[in-house]
Amino acid sequence: MSFLIRQTLIYAMPLMIVALAGVFAERSGIINLALEGIMIFGAFVGVLFVRIMQQAGVFDVAKEMSNYLALQGFMCMTMLVAALLGAVFSLLLAFAAINLKADQTIGGTALNLLAPALVLFLIRIIANQNTLQMASGDAASWFMIKKAMLGIDSDTSNFFVDTFLNKVYLSTYICIIVFIVLSIILYKTRFGLRLRACGENPQAADSLGINVVRMRYTGVIISGALAGMGGFVYALTTTNCSANGDVAGFGFLALAVMIFGNWKPLNIAGASLLFGLFKCIAASYSSIDINGDGIYGLTTIGLNANFYRLLPYVITLLVLAFTSKNSRAPKAEGIPYDKGQR
Amino acid sequence: MKKDGKLAAFWRKDATRTVMASLISILIGLAVGAVVILITGLTSESLSLKSAWEGIQLMVLGLFSTGREAGALTFGFNGTNIGNMLFRATPLILTGLSVAVAFKTGLFNIGAPGQYLAGTAATLFIALEIPSSVVPPWIIWILAFLGGMAAGAVWGAIPGMLKAFLNINEVLACIMTNWIAANVVTWVFDVSNLKNVVENSKSGYIYTTAYNNVQTPKLGLDKLFPGSQVNGGIIIAIVLAILVYIMLTKTTFGYELKACGANRYAAKYAGIKEKRSIVLSMAIAGALAAAAGSLYYLSGNTEFYWSSYQSLPDAGFTGIPVALLAANNPIGVIFTAMFMSMLDIAGLQLTNLTAYNEYITDVIIAVIVYLSAFSLVIKMWISGRKKRAAAPAEPVAAAEADTAETEAETAAEIAAEAETQTDAADAGKEASEQ
Repeated sequence: MSFLIRQTLIYAMPLMIVALAGVFAERSGIINLALEGIMIFGAFVGVLFVRIMQQAGVFDVAKEMSNYLALQGFMCMTMLVAALLGAVFSLLLAFAAINLKADQTIGGTALNLLAPALVLFLIRIIANQNTLQMASGDAASWFMIKKAMLGIDSDTSNFFVDTFLNKVYLSTYICIIVFIVLSIILYKTRFGLRLRACGENPQAADSLGINVVRMRYTGVIISGALAGMGGFVYALTTTNCSANGDVAGFGFLALAVMIFGNWKPLNIAGASLLFGLFKCIAASYSSIDINGDGIYGLTTIGLNANFYRLLPYVITLLVLAFTSKNSRAPKAEGIPYDKGQR
Repeated sequence: MKKDGKLAAFWRKDATRTVMASLISILIGLAVGAVVILITGLTSESLSLKSAWEGIQLMVLGLFSTGREAGALTFGFNGTNIGNMLFRATPLILTGLSVAVAFKTGLFNIGAPGQYLAGTAATLFIALEIPSSVVPPWIIWILAFLGGMAAGAVWGAIPGMLKAFLNINEVLACIMTNWIAANVVTWVFDVSNLKNVVENSKSGYIYTTAYNNVQTPKLGLDKLFPGSQVNGGIIIAIVLAILVYIMLTKTTFGYELKACGANRYAAKYAGIKEKRSIVLSMAIAGALAAAAGSLYYLSGNTEFYWSSYQSLPDAGFTGIPVALLAANNPIGVIFTAMFMSMLDIAGLQLTNLTAYNEYITDVIIAVIVYLSAFSLVIKMWISGRKKRAAAPAEPVAAAEADTAETEAETAAEIAAEAETQTDAADAGKEASEQ
């Protein structure tokens, strides 16, 4: 059970944070189809940063001394770098969509094509193979929190410790905090209200003195930062801190989560946990032991592994089919803002 | 004077501007590719400036590369490269057509990879399961090709129906059906008996259709381009492109599709069954994308890697830039597909002959797609410059921009409309001047 919750959280976090990224863009009126591409880029940047720092030996001492605080700081720094460059990358979309009034779907698709191409081109040149890995060690030994680090006796074993304090990544909790803070900003501050206004009725917002262009830029930049960070979190927690120009469709799945969650943070949190659960089942159905009796329930059913891999996508479609009637997208999303139009 | 007027009229023509916009996109794309190569060449200590220059040369002229002689790159006619270009262009023409047909109906068919996979799977099953000792191979070939297209049509119709009846965003539905297709295809081949067990080195691959003596006839093209994989598939693809062109421009059905693309609600008001049109358009798009997979694997010497659940075929995605670059014109698709496959060949030469790799061509393609997102701006930029030279028509251009932005459908479509209006206005002005 602990394993199941832990794994679900690991899969849910990138989905949740990237879905929120989509919310910030779409609530400001820009369809961000490029989430997948920005994630790929963020994952690459994060892994590259870790690799460069390792090669420069910046944190070698900390690693030898088992200074976990420094290592966690290293990870937070990497998340920041990934977020920063994700934001820079998303400027491409913002420029095309806001200044040039381009078709946002095509612009996003272009970024989705550009990110893996650029990333793979560079990875090939840097690493001479198709995967960029850490320079030394693995994600678990560098960044994973184990209960011994927190001063918990290794004999202590209860549900809370096993689930939330042992073998977890700090990134999970950072994501949750960022998610809560940004959701509050979106709903409880003047800035949030203005941002949402630009996605509903930009003309009215403009007439009240809100700078629509600046708001939309802000929305896309926040979106890019979150997606870049989400990309690195994905790479860190599920692919052992390596980048290969692919995030297994998580960016698109996050879009589905966003639509399923009806562009509202609370629903999105729930939806991402649901999808995280299905992703978790797909990835490790053969080692899930719910009641701890040593029998792996799902293998005894004897279904093909492909069935479980199929589930998240089929369920997404079904859920969309049943919820699409009530879904309410921001009214002005996808429409370039034109001052002259009332 | 008269000649000047003709030239101006030539510039004002929408087709000219579309082609110009595409050419400019291509040039900028190539320039960005060159800059990326140059930057990596300059910043990496293991790569020299000379290698960067070689990389740029190959990127542009890779099709005519004949390898290296005494350390220097040589260029000349290379039949193998050209033949392979035609072979690789075959699926790209078809996926490009698939995306273009959907675009004309106002749908963004990002589901081409899934439809391609569906077609591939159906084709391989039919081509390999019917014993060629009983049925003549050419009948199996036709059955396999049509079966593939039918499977693709069904697969494409699914997001079409979701869009038409449940109003689910077709982009999202297509992405989901893509991954479902990838998993289903892996599943059916996993439990099938078509996995290649004869050649040990080929684990993970399906038998080629040549095992069952089914392959696309070469039609003498292999004599023309010795050493290449080219076959009759390219001719089928071109014929299909022409058929799609006729369907879209000369038939009522095509007109209905385009009407739905221009304005779904207006089309409904005019008595067009808009839901039916959306589903059929996606079915046709699916069939075309599936034909791409069909022809690629029916060539007899290509092998399908069956455990494909983790990645989607690139040929499907490349259909998007092919269609965009051709401004969704079925005839234009033939040429842009050739261009894309030329880039592909150039990328291979780049990997083989220099320290750079084929992914640079994907960068170029991505830049081209990015530019085509605002091809309207580029077109306006072209026409704005030309107009200032000929006659000042600033207000018309502004009006054109306005009409274009209000109905934010596919950029090309609207541009065509706005352009015809502008042309009419211009013609009127000229008449009044005389």
